[in-house]
Amino acid sequence: MKPAAVQDTPRVTASWWDRIRQRTSSWSSGGLGVVCAKEIADHTTGIRFLILFLLVGITGLSSMYVGAQTIRDTVAQEDSPYVFLRLFTTSGTLPPFIAFVSFLGPLVGLAMGFDAIVGERNRGTLSRLLSQPIYRDDVINGKFLAGTAMLGWMMGSLGLLVAGLGLILTGVPPTGEEVVRVLAYLVVTVIYVAFWLALGILFSVIFRQAASSALAGIAIWLFFAVFARLLAGLIADTFFPVTQDAPVEVALRNARWQLALGRLSPTVLYEEAIITLLNPSIRTLGPILLEQVEGAIAGFLSPGQSLLLVWPHLVSLVALTAGVFAVAYYLFIRQEIRA
Amino acid sequence: MTDRVIVTMRGLTKRYGELVAVDHLDLDIYEGEVFGLLGPNGAGKTTTILMLLGLTEPSEGTVRVAGHDPTREPLAVKRLAGYLPDNVGFYEDMTGRENLRYTARLNRLPPAPAEERIAALLDSVGLGGDADRPVREYSRGMRQRLGLADALVKDPRLLILDEPTLGIDPEGVREVLALIVRLAREEKRTVLISSHLLHQIQEICDRVGIFVRGRLVDPGPISVPELVARGQSLDHIYLQYFQGGD
Repeated sequence: MKPAAVQDTPRVTASWWDRIRQRTSSWSSGGLGVVCAKEIADHTTGIRFLILFLLVGITGLSSMYVGAQTIRDTVAQEDSPYVFLRLFTTSGTLPPFIAFVSFLGPLVGLAMGFDAIVGERNRGTLSRLLSQPIYRDDVINGKFLAGTAMLGWMMGSLGLLVAGLGLILTGVPPTGEEVVRVLAYLVVTVIYVAFWLALGILFSVIFRQAASSALAGIAIWLFFAVFARLLAGLIADTFFPVTQDAPVEVALRNARWQLALGRLSPTVLYEEAIITLLNPSIRTLGPILLEQVEGAIAGFLSPGQSLLLVWPHLVSLVALTAGVFAVAYYLFIRQEIRA
Repeated sequence: MTDRVIVTMRGLTKRYGELVAVDHLDLDIYEGEVFGLLGPNGAGKTTTILMLLGLTEPSEGTVRVAGHDPTREPLAVKRLAGYLPDNVGFYEDMTGRENLRYTARLNRLPPAPAEERIAALLDSVGLGGDADRPVREYSRGMRQRLGLADALVKDPRLLILDEPTLGIDPEGVREVLALIVRLAREEKRTVLISSHLLHQIQEICDRVGIFVRGRLVDPGPISVPELVARGQSLDHIYLQYFQGGD
């Protein structure tokens, strides 16, 4: 009896260990890597990514160029630090770089994700792909990872382009603090665009037509980019109307509600986060009363403090991205291969 | 033909809501035989195949492919079964060779032998000269033949072909059928082929199961050589069921 029990134990742990190894070997050298590599190859050789890159690149760089002109004209007069950061945030005749990226980023994410699954399904490649010895989630994970890697590459190159051109145009090298802030900005942007990528993939799982998936994505994008903020204001005004003789509590409550409702939108979260990260003089994101600033010494926040200020925003953005992807993942795993 | 069973189905059932696509199916398929799933569209042929491959879960009953449960060990089943789906599709911008290369990578075949195997397969399906053209330039028949090569990349013991001759011209049909027969006879693979074309099935299959509304009609699988020996053809049997039923 006893020897048998002793023999049994290692066998059980071995099979458990084997299963873990089997699982991890499929992460490192298996289906996920193959799918991801193929998707990246598709993106890099395809025309779609090139168009998106040119769109964001050209608009972004031209707005940066105009911004740099403004900086050159004014930098001598004002005694202002953070010239390098202002390359990203200064607007001339065009909106600033960050505004373009913030507006076009969702389009990039959606365009990369909207046909991820529905495209495979309609081309008849999905059943062929899934009949290969890979886990089903390797397909959707590989596509999301490949898309995120491409976004990282895109934002990294854009950041370097702006930095390099800015250096030539203004001649002011970045400080270490500025580099940290710009890196943080780029990482947050990748997360934000990855949210839209995940949303695109979600719609590509739900819809049976790539066009419906794209339209649904664009609808959500426009809603968050344009209407969410208006709607937040409208709701706040309905419940807490700020009339001429409204007491200050009502005005304050109106502002707080508007802010809180607005922050349900990932776009608002993202914009608040990047403005804070790229502008060290922003010290608070909510409404403040005059007596609160009384006696405050004007100054700049350190990168760590700026990051702390928008930490909830960043956590929310990561959570939203993960949440949307989790829904897409779940639906895809449970889905019938055939329509 | 040996008598070793490679696929076993017992009480296999698939329901989509009210619709019963496959209804308590009991079927054994033997190693090395060519088995034909015959039946009208919507009889449950494709659903049965998807359950075999673990691409859809049975509502009831069991399937075993070489002893593996496709629901619990899908990878083991997918390693030994090559599948040509109906309306097979490819990545249009990639060449035929690149499409097969992707399949080889997904099967974790070492690159050098895989290249040789892909070249040999492309030659054997008659696509050697078109291997480096993008698939979007391929005709329907060429796609079907590429699909056959694709299903063979992993060197499967069991080859599952869902409507392999659908939408190709008679000449192409002859070529594809000849290819399937060669695969089965020379390379000793088990082939499961679904079709609604009686003559093709009769030409190449060892046994045939006729599907009607998710059920295998009595008396179960029919041996084609015996049928021919009796001087009958599948047409008789098939029509018998449909005239009797409707």
